[in-house]
Amino acid sequence: MRSLWGDAWRRLRKNRMAVICAGFLAVMIAWCVIGPWIAGALGVDATTQDIDAGAHGPTWDHWMGTDPLGRDMLVRVMLGGRLALLVAFTATLVAVVVGVSYGATSAYAGGRVDFAMMRVVDVLYGFPVVVFVIVVMSVMQTRSLVVLFALIGAISWMTMARIVRGQVLSLRHRDFVEAARALGAGPGRIVARHLIPNSLGPIIVYATMQLPTVMLTEAFLSFIGLGVQAPKASWGTLVAEGAEKMVVYPWLLIGPGAVMATTIFALNFLGDGLRDALDPHTRRD
Amino acid sequence: MLRLVLGRLAGGLVVLWAVATFSFFMLRAAPGGPFDEERAIPPEVKAHIEERYDLRAPAIEQYGRYLENLITLDFGHSMKRQQSVGEIIADHAPYSARLGLFALAIAITGGVLLGVIAAARHNRAADHVAMSISLIGISIPSFVLGPLLVLIFSLTLFWLPPARVGGFASYILPATTLGMIYMGTIARLTRAGMLETLRQDYIRTARAKGVSERAVVWRHGLRLGLLPVITYLGPATAALISGSFVVEKIFQVPGLGFYFVASITDRDYPVLTGVLVFYTAFLVALNLVVDIAYGMLDPRTRVT
Repeated sequence: MRSLWGDAWRRLRKNRMAVICAGFLAVMIAWCVIGPWIAGALGVDATTQDIDAGAHGPTWDHWMGTDPLGRDMLVRVMLGGRLALLVAFTATLVAVVVGVSYGATSAYAGGRVDFAMMRVVDVLYGFPVVVFVIVVMSVMQTRSLVVLFALIGAISWMTMARIVRGQVLSLRHRDFVEAARALGAGPGRIVARHLIPNSLGPIIVYATMQLPTVMLTEAFLSFIGLGVQAPKASWGTLVAEGAEKMVVYPWLLIGPGAVMATTIFALNFLGDGLRDALDPHTRRD
Repeated sequence: MLRLVLGRLAGGLVVLWAVATFSFFMLRAAPGGPFDEERAIPPEVKAHIEERYDLRAPAIEQYGRYLENLITLDFGHSMKRQQSVGEIIADHAPYSARLGLFALAIAITGGVLLGVIAAARHNRAADHVAMSISLIGISIPSFVLGPLLVLIFSLTLFWLPPARVGGFASYILPATTLGMIYMGTIARLTRAGMLETLRQDYIRTARAKGVSERAVVWRHGLRLGLLPVITYLGPATAALISGSFVVEKIFQVPGLGFYFVASITDRDYPVLTGVLVFYTAFLVALNLVVDIAYGMLDPRTRVT
């Protein structure tokens, strides 16, 4: 008898591509977080301008080239990554908290409440919720990151709510839950201590799959000018700049674009691997 | 069936009303207006403008008239352009519709093909290749893919026009960019649906009767295996609309998304609310059609 987690870990390790992706992500996070300090110690930063030199392609001094103001692109991409990762993780956390509580409440309440709550999710599913974010962002005129986290989180919780609801529905009449109820545990305790911990596998899987989506949403907003604002730059803003100047300076697009696409690819792949490892459905042995 | 349709329709109207109300009050609460200029406007001009756009009455009265007008499909006048919102939608929606349909066609054809191949060759090389292609499609943001395609096919190889709408050829790059992401998702949904379906008893019966493998997969399997894809069409179209904001901007397509984004920076409230309500109505209608189609395709869920 092996535990679910031990079993999952064993299967994940067998999936060589998923392990490579996990390693790549760890390196990428470290690169974005520590990279700028190392570069700073070596005398390269993202703000020093060298207008005389202007934009030039990759060289030994500037591995990803420089932008038209002569700023080093490598460090800019690292700093953009810090911001993109920060937004992705925080907004995903918001989405998970909202989705898990919504889904668990809906399933546990059952009946009409459940029906009404799930209809709301259905409706939101068929709606371009990003449009709402656009309207709210343009109305509020704030460009604060906190608002960005909250808004992206607020539109990304629906899948999580559905998954958790499904889990809780299948768990709530199991013997161990009945036992807890017989011992006098209230609904809040049952949901928080028994139902949610037992749904943790799918929650982790879908949180991992949510990360790339959230990252794309942030980049999308930054691209149309509503997300992260100058002087801060995220991958979305860097790519937007690069796309404008790509005819003359293609490396401004290719560098940040490639880094962003590989990160999203790795996240997606890792999410798939985690799902295969944790979802008993796909278990082969 | 009729009850289901009527119920959904009522729900759709509630959504429409909620969206119209939300955008109305949200935009009135916004700081700064479309007529804010560096220079002060003479009072009589200002009064005239406020008269024309119905900005003087108390908010609740404005809201009442706005709803009344909506019912008669009158979205008001643009504050920046000499056109009514209805005219703007009628002029520019066709570009978006062509682009969207083309993108959807690319996404569905490519996605179903990849998904079926992956499911039929489950856990073999073809499966891994097809799934990697779809993951790459999902992972490259449209604003990276779009400019890259332009760089390769327009500016280096000179095969296709880089931007602006002309004939069919000018739609190829934008539609591919827009369709790529959904192609990946559709491929994955098809694969999952097909794997599930191919385990069913009726498939085993078909095989036992000696039906060729090709007919089993493409005729018997696909019918049920495609159901998840059909449910996804509603959300896919919603995502296609927000995707069109970026793609229309990159390729300078004069579609509705392009003007929607422009109206944000212009603070052109009637256009913003009008287009928002238009999008919502379209999606509500589409989701209704998807629900009905779903019922017709899967006899198990056919509602009497």
